Amino acid sequence: MAVLIDRNTKVLCQGLTGGQGTFHTTQAIEYGTKMVGGVTPGKGGTTHLDLPVFNTMAEAVEVTGADASVIYVPAAFCKDSILEAANSGVKLIVAITEGIPTLDMLEAKIRCDELGVRLVGPNCPGVITPGECKIGIMPGQIHLPGKVGIVSRSGTLTYEAVKQTTDAGFGQSTCVGIGGDPIPGTNFIDVLELFQNDPKTESIVMIGEIGGTAEEEAAAFIKANVTKPVVSYIAGVTAPKGKRMGHAGAIISGGTGTADEKFEALEDAGVKTVRSLAEIGSAMAEITGW
Amino acid sequence: MNLHEYQGKQLFAEYGLPVSTGYACDTPEETVAAVEKIGGDMWVVKAQVHAGGRGKAGGVKLIKSADEAKAFAQQWLGKNLVTYQTDANGQPVTKILVESCTDIADELYLGAVVDRSSRRIVFMASTEGGVEIEKVAHETPEKILRAEIDPLVGAQPYQARELAFNMGLQGVQIKQFTKIFLGLAKLFAEKDLALIEINPLVIKEDGDLHCLDAKLGVDGNALYRHKDLQAMEDPSQEDAREAEAAKWDLNYVALDGNIGCMVNGAGLAMGTMDIVALHGGFPANFLDVGGGATKERVAHAFKLILSDENVKAVLVNIFGGIVRCDMIAHGIVDAVKEVGVKVPVVVRLEGTNSELGKKVLDESGLDIIAAESLTDAAVQAVKAAGN
Repeated sequence: MAVLIDRNTKVLCQGLTGGQGTFHTTQAIEYGTKMVGGVTPGKGGTTHLDLPVFNTMAEAVEVTGADASVIYVPAAFCKDSILEAANSGVKLIVAITEGIPTLDMLEAKIRCDELGVRLVGPNCPGVITPGECKIGIMPGQIHLPGKVGIVSRSGTLTYEAVKQTTDAGFGQSTCVGIGGDPIPGTNFIDVLELFQNDPKTESIVMIGEIGGTAEEEAAAFIKANVTKPVVSYIAGVTAPKGKRMGHAGAIISGGTGTADEKFEALEDAGVKTVRSLAEIGSAMAEITGW
Repeated sequence: MNLHEYQGKQLFAEYGLPVSTGYACDTPEETVAAVEKIGGDMWVVKAQVHAGGRGKAGGVKLIKSADEAKAFAQQWLGKNLVTYQTDANGQPVTKILVESCTDIADELYLGAVVDRSSRRIVFMASTEGGVEIEKVAHETPEKILRAEIDPLVGAQPYQARELAFNMGLQGVQIKQFTKIFLGLAKLFAEKDLALIEINPLVIKEDGDLHCLDAKLGVDGNALYRHKDLQAMEDPSQEDAREAEAAKWDLNYVALDGNIGCMVNGAGLAMGTMDIVALHGGFPANFLDVGGGATKERVAHAFKLILSDENVKAVLVNIFGGIVRCDMIAHGIVDAVKEVGVKVPVVVRLEGTNSELGKKVLDESGLDIIAAESLTDAAVQAVKAAGN
């Protein structure tokens, strides 16, 4: 299987009957994702989009045997939804919701780790294994089954990298949006390790942005552990200090988290970096000889 | 969201931390009344703005009479204070904090942030108070002591004792520091803070610890559950255009350049600024219209960009995923007509319904430059802006 998800992954949707849940689940079903049901407290026993709706995650997992859950509930309820999913038996939780309080995430992340459940997000586009399974809000049609693993903190920047690797004919093994929040459930290193160990992934695109030191930590990991070619782009060279650039995590504070520092760390780790996001595909061709 | 010093100290007092008696005043007359209420023969007056470096900029003063307080208030109220942390315009002063005076034997530092790497609230303490802590962290990192808080059990007294003993505190100071540390940890968790800094935390001449300053930042995502903190928001401290943008769910940050940028997605918005700069241009702003951009929102985004007189060209960069390019195109056409756009507009549409979007632009009869690619869009925009 690429990484995290494949054609056999059975997916539940928390918040299925809401606007976002309805829209994106419809898209996921069209893409071929094996959606098996949804959870909306109080609407158990009904059906929505021809899928069974349950009151609780525990019941939903017991009946459907789901492996994964995608969360579209509002931010104020998201911690509760993550914890419910983590205790339900699914092994993968993808939280799309934006705007979750940081302290909620500190607690949710610890619980997921203790229970051995992988949490991707929050505030992310989701995960897709092209041609097999799409969990999240990314446009399915720009993807192509293939050999590049893509990991990114930003949704639309992921789409740029996807389009370029599709246009070049390389395609993608799996694309993982880890999200733009300060405390992501899954970080670059987690995904880099998965890609390094995945036979279907032959090369990697890593897209970072200003704020924090996750890219520097990833660079150290790449230097020590990753043998596959890596192309990287960091957004925010022109971002001013102390200003939050949309994503909660995208802020240069206390003089750390600049794009230049991140580029430098990645270059030191042997990563091919590009200063223009339009050059991700051509850089990949250059270092792989494809 | 940042809080003012006086607001931070109100919260400190609620959580049992030692702060000076003080009053936040709106008028020169109120400062006179405050001086009389506090009593004594020396006071401190402090201009309240969301920025550090106030002392060096003349925004903090030791005074010996009510007349001096009044003069200070007259000097600053309604004016802008420019410090090394503000932009060239500075931040408007709407309140003056009048406080009792504190004698200082030594200055410490105590702060807390959410540390991304360890995924914990981390406290930092140092004997090097009163100076820029970033400088201490850079030059003498060994002088900054750390304590990580376990989110599931909270801060523990032993952590406070470790910090206190390692900073050389003695006797009753250990107990005082422990009380301050535990109070701050409780405040941080209960009020969903993003940052606390007490710089300096002073040792008075009698040996007691005292919080002389208070810098607090609140996690904006958690504001919905804190009515008391919502009431502390001070719109005067925020950029007017950024505040207007927030009303329409737009993320906007003003910059110094002349190419207005409208992009969907925060990452792509930064990437667009970068590619403009890479081709010799200067972005005028960061603007994310969001994943669920509507026609109305696009129109507002346009107005916002054009309210900046420096803008000589607009670059629209949309990667349609959830948002459809034809809908964005309609929004652009409407906005260009409605606002009467007089600068060149370069548009790059990619993704869902992009061909349909380009058709809408072509048929509009408006002077809109359709870009072939991302690089082309940047080059065209830079050219159009005359750089």
